[in-house]
Amino acid sequence: MNTHTPGTPVLSAQGLQRTFGAVVAAADVNIDIQSGERLCLIGSNGAGKTTFVNMITGYLKPSAGRILLAGEDITQRSPREITHRGVARSFQIPQLYLQLTVLDNMLAALHANRGSRHFFSAAHDPQSVAASREILRRFGLENLADRLVRELPGGVRKLLDIAMALTGQPRLLLLDEPTSGVSADEKFSTMDTVIQAIESGPEQVSVIFVEHDMDIVRRYATRVVAFYSGRVIADGQAESVITDPQVQQHVTGLSSQPLGAHA
Amino acid sequence: MTMPTPYFPPLSAARLLSTAVLGFVLLMVFGYLAPKWMISLATLALANGLVSLGILIMMRSGVVPFGQGLVFAAGGYAAALAFKYFGVRDALLLCMLGGMTGLLVAAPFAPLLARYRGIFFAMLSLSLSMVLYGILMKTDALGGSDGFNVSRPTLLGMTAPEQRPEMLLWGVTAFFTCVLATLVRLYCNSSRGLLSLSVRENELRVEYLGSSVVNIVAWNYVMAAFLGGVGGVLSVLALGHIEPNFAYWTTSGEFVFVAILAGQHSVLAVLASSFVLELVRSFSSAYFPNTWQFALGLFLLLVIRFLPEGLGSLMHWRQKSARN
Repeated sequence: MNTHTPGTPVLSAQGLQRTFGAVVAAADVNIDIQSGERLCLIGSNGAGKTTFVNMITGYLKPSAGRILLAGEDITQRSPREITHRGVARSFQIPQLYLQLTVLDNMLAALHANRGSRHFFSAAHDPQSVAASREILRRFGLENLADRLVRELPGGVRKLLDIAMALTGQPRLLLLDEPTSGVSADEKFSTMDTVIQAIESGPEQVSVIFVEHDMDIVRRYATRVVAFYSGRVIADGQAESVITDPQVQQHVTGLSSQPLGAHA
Repeated sequence: MTMPTPYFPPLSAARLLSTAVLGFVLLMVFGYLAPKWMISLATLALANGLVSLGILIMMRSGVVPFGQGLVFAAGGYAAALAFKYFGVRDALLLCMLGGMTGLLVAAPFAPLLARYRGIFFAMLSLSLSMVLYGILMKTDALGGSDGFNVSRPTLLGMTAPEQRPEMLLWGVTAFFTCVLATLVRLYCNSSRGLLSLSVRENELRVEYLGSSVVNIVAWNYVMAAFLGGVGGVLSVLALGHIEPNFAYWTTSGEFVFVAILAGQHSVLAVLASSFVLELVRSFSSAYFPNTWQFALGLFLLLVIRFLPEGLGSLMHWRQKSARN
């Protein structure tokens, strides 16, 4: 059970820096995420969004700065330690076990989260199966429990990828482009399913999602952070960030002036 | 043929236990009915099959060891030395001693090996077995290249019956086969067994979900070492002899071949494949004395061509027909 002191940010990134030789992937990144927030990261390719996500999950260590998870410094923690402290992520390209069934994928995620130490405890014990099916039900995937993942379409794989991340009852969930690869007419329904499934869980989950579709950003983000060249160039409500001149210049490429207008 | 999930369908403890008991009874009945030469062949087949069962465990986590001769020889030599120099004659004790020796020999190397994959894992495991082979060849106290003999074991204080002396060892082999095969099946159905398959499918996701891939692979290697050690002891007792070739790379290669021949869809298929291979080898050498390797190779090619998922895939034909 994750504990969280009211008022303490779920995640606090303070002065994060990360360089790869001469390339600055993150520079002076300061972001606090409150409990229950749905924070969207936007930015062009190479802006630093994925670097930020990888630093939070422990796969990259910042060159400077620190990361606090509910007040605890996790900067130097290993990825597995961070996972066990309540940070989970899904992937732009779903990372699934294709030769196994949907239910087996969920059970594998559940047991991986628990750090299974017993050599002969059944994978399909009733409690684990019930817990897995409950999450699948929230995502509308329960009827597909016995289907092999390799037979499933991309949109369903996306949902399963996110469902697996929820098996550990995280306090912070990172979604890497949750609607990429999903057809345009299914994006909203997919996000509706994801958000509903997350919010119907027993624990409050804060969400960070990376997204390029501004319609999705406007509709689902409670707050938006824009990246450019490793720096945060805007942070606030969705509409104010999207219409920020710097964001329009470097991220969305949309000018507020009509075509043909002169300054 | 599109195979179903490699995850074994869960079986209740009662069904597993009853299968194990039934299996033991059937093996003992087989032992009483079959001719002596077949019992000797079957004993060796099951002994080798146990080693291949260990390889099955590792293949289900995505690695293939080419050096199980290390633990096969370590277990065999431990038992043979205990037999010769310390008067330990009981077959059950010797098997446990061999299994534990294999486990203890493999354990220090497990964390190192578990960090490698593919050909690197295979070659590293092979190199360890060949180092042991070299040591055994050069150590006269262990019999050098000739090895040394062991005589018949006892069982709980009883000596082998005069008329059917092979039945004592066959009973011990059947016992260990049924117990260990059941435990392997249980493990494959366990949460760690499922995680092993997950490691094979997608290591990255396993790590991101909070489990250690190295830990899973290392423990699989250690468990396989115990199986290999027990197999080594049973082989020594069956042959009445131990020699450095137990650690040689061709011996290790045969265990891998049995595992590939069986496929990864059945524990029983591994044991059956070991028996089939021994039968084919024996009949090939009997009827094609000058070209038996050719006959054996042809058999193996036919199996790979028509049953690429191994002999164990035959168990899924009915399921595939139902799907179609």
